[in-house]
Amino acid sequence: MRLREAILAASSAALVWAAVPAFAQKAGGTLRISHRDNPPSASIHEESTISVNQPFMAVFNNLVFFDPREKVNSPDHIVPELAESWTYNADNTQLTFKLRQGVKWHDGKPFTSADVKCTWDSLAGHAPEDKAIIRKNPRKLWYSNLKEVKTNGDFEVTFVLGRPQPSFLTMLAGGYSPVYACHVPDRAMRSKPIGTGPFKVVDFKRNESIKLVKNPDYWKKDRPYLDAIDWKIVPNRSTRMLGFQSGEFDMTFDSDVTFPLLKDVKANKADAVCEARPTNVSSNLLVNRDREPFNNADIRKAMVLALDNKAFHDILSQGNDLEGAVMLPPPAGFWGMPKEQLPKLLGHSPDRKKTLAEAQELMKKAGYGPDKMLKIKVATRNIAIYRDPAVILIDQLKQIYIDGELEPIDTTVWYTKIQRGDYQVGMNLTGVGIDDPDVNFYENYYSTSDRNYTHYKNPEVDKLIDQQSAEQDREKRKQLVWKIEQILADDGARPIIGYNVANTCWDPKVKGILLQVNSIYNGWRFEDAWLDK
Amino acid sequence: MGSYLVRRFLLMALTLFGMSVLIFVMLRLVPGNIADILVDASGADPKEKAKIARELGIDRPIAEQYISWISGLSRGDLGYAYVSERPALEEIAPRIPISAKLAGMAIFFSILFGVPFGVISAVRQNTGLDYFLRVLSLSGLSLPSFWLGLLVLMAAVHWFGTIPIYDSNPHGFLQDVAMLGLPALVVGFRSSALIMRLTRSSMLEVLRQDYVRTARSKGATNNSVNYNHALRNALLPVVTVIGIEAAFLVGGLIVTETVFNIPGVARFLVEAILWRDYPIVQNLVMLIAFVVVMVNFLVDMAYMALDPRIKFAD
Repeated sequence: MRLREAILAASSAALVWAAVPAFAQKAGGTLRISHRDNPPSASIHEESTISVNQPFMAVFNNLVFFDPREKVNSPDHIVPELAESWTYNADNTQLTFKLRQGVKWHDGKPFTSADVKCTWDSLAGHAPEDKAIIRKNPRKLWYSNLKEVKTNGDFEVTFVLGRPQPSFLTMLAGGYSPVYACHVPDRAMRSKPIGTGPFKVVDFKRNESIKLVKNPDYWKKDRPYLDAIDWKIVPNRSTRMLGFQSGEFDMTFDSDVTFPLLKDVKANKADAVCEARPTNVSSNLLVNRDREPFNNADIRKAMVLALDNKAFHDILSQGNDLEGAVMLPPPAGFWGMPKEQLPKLLGHSPDRKKTLAEAQELMKKAGYGPDKMLKIKVATRNIAIYRDPAVILIDQLKQIYIDGELEPIDTTVWYTKIQRGDYQVGMNLTGVGIDDPDVNFYENYYSTSDRNYTHYKNPEVDKLIDQQSAEQDREKRKQLVWKIEQILADDGARPIIGYNVANTCWDPKVKGILLQVNSIYNGWRFEDAWLDK
Repeated sequence: MGSYLVRRFLLMALTLFGMSVLIFVMLRLVPGNIADILVDASGADPKEKAKIARELGIDRPIAEQYISWISGLSRGDLGYAYVSERPALEEIAPRIPISAKLAGMAIFFSILFGVPFGVISAVRQNTGLDYFLRVLSLSGLSLPSFWLGLLVLMAAVHWFGTIPIYDSNPHGFLQDVAMLGLPALVVGFRSSALIMRLTRSSMLEVLRQDYVRTARSKGATNNSVNYNHALRNALLPVVTVIGIEAAFLVGGLIVTETVFNIPGVARFLVEAILWRDYPIVQNLVMLIAFVVVMVNFLVDMAYMALDPRIKFAD
């Protein structure tokens, strides 16, 4: 059944590609885009930021990819890329890919199954240190179920899994899963990477620019349309916006235009095409449950009840942010629980008066009140998108007799501090690479994860996470996912305040850009983009 | 004079040595290093962290690290940048001319506007022009260059429909000047205001001196009195301030390079500090320290040129 589904998906995707008329598009030109900061490196596998993904995804290909013509990344929208087709074995523990032949790396060397093997051997931590093609591996957790990668000749490769895991293919389809070249050292991949993708890196000048040019030997013969993409690194947002308004840039950095800024952009550049979409970045509350007095479940519960999510959304995004649980809510989110179920979750009740009164009672029970405020420090990264919600949080906590003091933490030590549990209460933002339960749950809520910042441990949740991960039936899996969301919300594991929605703008002459609505980290191949001038 | 110069150079060397120790130790006192930054944000695998620390040599004893850096520096080897993994010299060298041009132009503008306006303000004391120039100089001192830079950019978009975004390959000298001219004016505005106010007060003081009155009574023209007799003597404190301003300019450059998106050393330094990129920070701070020390030396030499009574004793 799965084999038939996979083949059907692959062939229908191929048909779609073939059927789309190519005559309307114009070839040539340079797309000029502003970049918000200095990417730490060019190696997608070593980084966890859109600052790397957005410019460098165009250099690579995956085995499979989320269909760039679909707005929602879902298991139903996966199309072949360097793999031509894929099949599962009978017990769904072996996933075999037939690879595309005749594909070349940017340096002219042929792409083979050895490249796939060495990429995922490194990612799963199976490669010896001297053979690893990455220096650090932020997504090792994604591949903990990958037991072995076997090659069968130059153009077939099999991923052997420890147990069935439907999300495995989904993870391979995301922007964080390019195939790397075995023969290129990791240092080169960080500064001037070699890929098989539609664009080649000409130059990556720190603090200045990233220049990509068309790969004339790209395996997709009629792509890309653009001759080049020129990214200019402009750390100051006002300068970026003014640059876009004055025509210095054809496109803004992804989700760079907040709703208040959108008015300015439209006022100065009325023809700008601006699209708002959820970024799948949630703002969430970190409460250190190992520290007194937050080891008291009543206090944690009171804090969740005191949150007025709507006020956060109104202040931060003029009401555009989304209310949701642990998974991005539908319709943008593929797995999130339906809207009508949300009010049942702790902290999502529409009756604010009642929940606030309940929160105050819980605090009184714990010994706090108007005359005896609980003094705490609210830690957050010292950048505006973190600080702003933290300030609102401090204000809201006052209603339940918690007197918070903002503790802005330098970005460089922020993660170290929260991983060590060196905080009382924190305001955090969490971006999810792929809208997928395995990616989100294992990374942020599984008891052994390094990024489970609140050190939430619940064997029942761990069991349910494993259970949903292996569940093949989509509807049954969704029920399990929603059950986990319910437990995590009730336990106040990491209360979700909202999902960020932001705008990306481009000049009307830029065509062929389609923003995917449930992750900012995917869909940046730019091979379908063209300039109408 | 000879032994003064020897003493002076020895003092400069001592200052630079002290600076090198200070910056080296201070950098390591700041919490977090590059291995923490690279790894913690992405899962904190202690093995990965230890490997990176080993590769970069930041796990070695601090004295060993210092000796390694300073001996490399004396040979012209600045080490490797941690983030880009390229030789630090290759990272720093192309950025120096950009910032040097910007700083040079800023100083040039600040002197060009500051000194003459200061003189005019003094000789036309308490006139409408004097009040206007005083208000202008006050605004120069009180407007943050960040805000002023943005205002200039917004005005450029509004009136000309374009902004001077930096291009590393300018089409000729004129474009280069145009690209850096506006930022230099912004960064130089504060300095010119300071220079103007100082020139004004210094001129006013000198203009009340007996020898100025004597010059006038001997029938010297106003211009001759103002520029030949008074200005030369009034310039001594101004030159001192220009020297100090050259050092303070680095602070202004950080802001201006950020707002106008100029990839110079000042913005690069801030970025390197955030990443705890020790080789870049250490070498850049040493470069800035060297420039400041040299500027101070040149200012001292300029005293002699301006006032023949000043002699540096042997």
